[in-house]
Amino acid sequence: MAIEFELNGETVSLEVDPAMPLLWAIRDIAGLTGTKYGCGKALCGSCVVHINGQPMRSCVTPAATAAGSVVTTIEGLSADGSHPVQVAWRELNVAQCGYCQSGQIMSAVALLERSPNPSDDEIDAAMSGNICRCGTYTRIRKAIHKVAEDQS
Amino acid sequence: MSELRKISRREFMKRTGQAGGGLVFALSFASACQPEEQAVGPAAKASASVAPNVYVNMRNDGIVEIYCHRSEMGQGIRTSLPQVIADELEADWDKIKVIQAIGHEKYGDQNTDGSTSIRQHFDLLRNAGATARDMMIAAAASVWGVPAEECVAREHAVHHEASGQSAGFGDLVDTAIGMPQPEKADFKDRKDYRYIGKPMDTIDGMAFTTGGAMYGTDTVLPNMLYASIERCPAFGGKVVSFDDTAARAVAGVTDVIRMPDPTAPLVFNVLGGVAVLADNTWSAESGRKALQIEWDQGANAEHQSDTYKEALVASASAPGTTVLNRGDADIATDSEFEAVYYAPYLSQAPMEPPAATARVNEDGTCEVWACTQDPQTARDVVAGTLGLEKEQVTINVTLLGGGFGRKSKPDFIAEAAWLARETGRPVKVTWTREDDIRHGYLHSVSAQYFKAGMDADGKTASWLQRTSFPSIASTFAPGVTGPAGFELDLGLLDSPWHVPNMRIETCDAVAHARIGWLRSVCNVFHAFGACSFVDELAHVKGMDPKDHLLEIIGPARKIDPKDDGGEYTNYAQDLEKHPVDTGRLAAVAEKVAEMAGWGRELPEGRGLGIAVHRSFLSYTGAVAEVSVDENGKLVVHEMWTCIDAGTVVNPDRVVSQMEGAGIFGMSIALHGELTARNGAIVEGNFDAYPVVRMSEAPEAIHCHIMESDAPPGGVGEPGVPPVAPAIVNAYFAASGKRIRELPLRNAGLT
Ligand code: FES
Ligand code: FES
Repeated sequence: MAIEFELNGETVSLEVDPAMPLLWAIRDIAGLTGTKYGCGKALCGSCVVHINGQPMRSCVTPAATAAGSVVTTIEGLSADGSHPVQVAWRELNVAQCGYCQSGQIMSAVALLERSPNPSDDEIDAAMSGNICRCGTYTRIRKAIHKVAEDQS
Repeated sequence: MSELRKISRREFMKRTGQAGGGLVFALSFASACQPEEQAVGPAAKASASVAPNVYVNMRNDGIVEIYCHRSEMGQGIRTSLPQVIADELEADWDKIKVIQAIGHEKYGDQNTDGSTSIRQHFDLLRNAGATARDMMIAAAASVWGVPAEECVAREHAVHHEASGQSAGFGDLVDTAIGMPQPEKADFKDRKDYRYIGKPMDTIDGMAFTTGGAMYGTDTVLPNMLYASIERCPAFGGKVVSFDDTAARAVAGVTDVIRMPDPTAPLVFNVLGGVAVLADNTWSAESGRKALQIEWDQGANAEHQSDTYKEALVASASAPGTTVLNRGDADIATDSEFEAVYYAPYLSQAPMEPPAATARVNEDGTCEVWACTQDPQTARDVVAGTLGLEKEQVTINVTLLGGGFGRKSKPDFIAEAAWLARETGRPVKVTWTREDDIRHGYLHSVSAQYFKAGMDADGKTASWLQRTSFPSIASTFAPGVTGPAGFELDLGLLDSPWHVPNMRIETCDAVAHARIGWLRSVCNVFHAFGACSFVDELAHVKGMDPKDHLLEIIGPARKIDPKDDGGEYTNYAQDLEKHPVDTGRLAAVAEKVAEMAGWGRELPEGRGLGIAVHRSFLSYTGAVAEVSVDENGKLVVHEMWTCIDAGTVVNPDRVVSQMEGAGIFGMSIALHGELTARNGAIVEGNFDAYPVVRMSEAPEAIHCHIMESDAPPGGVGEPGVPPVAPAIVNAYFAASGKRIRELPLRNAGLT
């Protein structure tokens, strides 16, 4: 069955089982590997993408859910890595191995869109679904605050 | 909306095999799965190049290619390794291109393990840069007809001051071709370093923030199959029979194949089981769930964590084999204090699970793309699995989404290679998180016994320490019954305490799981035990824990465990060059205490705890500030860390490793525990095997790097060992309660 949606500004039609998690549809069928697998059970946030602007864990979201909606992955955040969150992430050298950072950035972007100047508590609440095994949390907090400051 | 693109699995695969054009995203990523090409740096057009050594290739368009032969797993080696080479080479940072090397003996040691990348390669890398520099100088001197000694290299060019001539590196390449490769060259003076010691930005920063970074999970090859493997719940068990009817009925499943049975010792061989192959990951996993398998659970089917714990504690509580002896630890003393500490099995759980892709070519050669910490061993293991010569195997190293020791074991790579040959198609094997946590190489469970004797004036006069844990050696050789070999180096034989009578013993523990190493290995539990016990002694003696720590470290001196019969190998380094220096350990203790404002007034229910440890030739310390509320919730508010790693290359990456070690150590202290039941690991994912999340992360993790011109020590691992005991000691300071078993959540504290 073909599922049609907008992926990073482009309309795509993916021939997949509607029950296939969007994560695998994006990675294995559409070929966008920036969205990562970390747990497959909505426990780690590596797979976060935006569906109609909302951060969603694509590992537990059936591909069918995306039909007719707008899906943004890390690759679609900006054409050249110039989104303020991406820039702040580089300025503070947040990433260690980098594997979790697609999900971290997508969650942070959604948080900042909702709350442009979040408190530490808001950050903790919004970002606690994203595990970083390398332990970059304190830099992520700083980077989110930096985006807020730079934008204000 | 823009033009509609129809993407079917078949079309995607077809397109990924093409050389250009087509689907926007698929192609750029397919080409990027050649990690030799996973290069960072300017694109350029060179018609010729010269390689002064295997690490450097000078191109005539002025670009310098630097081969990173160590694996990148978050420690920043793809940045710091080029820093060293470029510095000696006098290359401009924006004219270097970093290329990930394949696994090949020509690069020397590539096993990215033991925190060795800088500490064991610093001079080698400096020499690689310096000889390349001298080659450029020799080329310029021959062009200009002047003595090489009169020429200097600076800012990507060679200059002859007397005649005012200059030539860029690129312009000298054609002349340098065919010139002798210098083997040795003089190094720069430390004060002239341009990049070494500077916090250079991560070279992969753009890839990390745009989804372009290619990990082991991300390889896509034309015509590739995706595999998911069901393995025996109990370690070492075998398939008796299986029914794959339902699995084969899952759409997308192409094949179901029984893996070869495991043979002991397991080393890095495949673990057996049944593989389901499909044209996408989800079908492979769905097919796998539909398998019906009857297992012979094998020799470890009775393994239970609760009874094993009792056995370990009993083993550590009885005399064992003496591995170090100073004076007479049984000497009569004024008073005695003893304690037993226990720490469970752990999983490395890197964010990216093990994943590898292999292709067996028509000529029988095999090519692999994998997130491996050890590509040369991977090459040997794949060659062994397929019955090939290692020259017939190519291992391309992708980025690693974390490693922590797990990815230096290439069993998952052997699986991919074996399946690629069986199916005749490229195969990607991706472990699920459950596979990773249940079927990995576990960090040892351990029990430790300590007894100290105090003389009349309260000084520690005797120290008896016993350690019992299943050995990593059991994974590699049959008949291993307890701690062995290099494990005794890891925070045991180099005990820094200034106690006149000391005996250290190892006690038996037979392995019932595949044991492997995890970030800082046995240092984790040895530091937990020793630094907790030292803290306990402070309270027994009524002393301030920091003052007592400094007292028991004692005067600055260099320890040689051999003096007391300890067969100590000092992380494979010379004790002259890298002594066990208690003065440096004490300095770290003083510094980290000062940073934390040790001794300041704290509100009720809050406490500070301190611990220090030497591992991988570096000295680290941690102070944690914790509080416990009336519901028993423990919060780590802030952490201060200090490291003396000798000479450091990239201070920002050192700080980030210490920050990461703080969180990793917190996960060990608060949450980490694997439980065996009927030979199988119960926990499977981050719900049952929690790790620290943002909400638990301290407000800040401070790090101070000690100024030092000593040779470099390790950085990736040494930050971990002091963290758990610092937290446990802080909890005692906050609550008056002593915890001797990890993780703290078992005491209801999280
Ligand atoms: S992979 Fe989706 S939350 Fe972990
Ligand atoms: S940077 Fe490695 S898991 Fe977050």
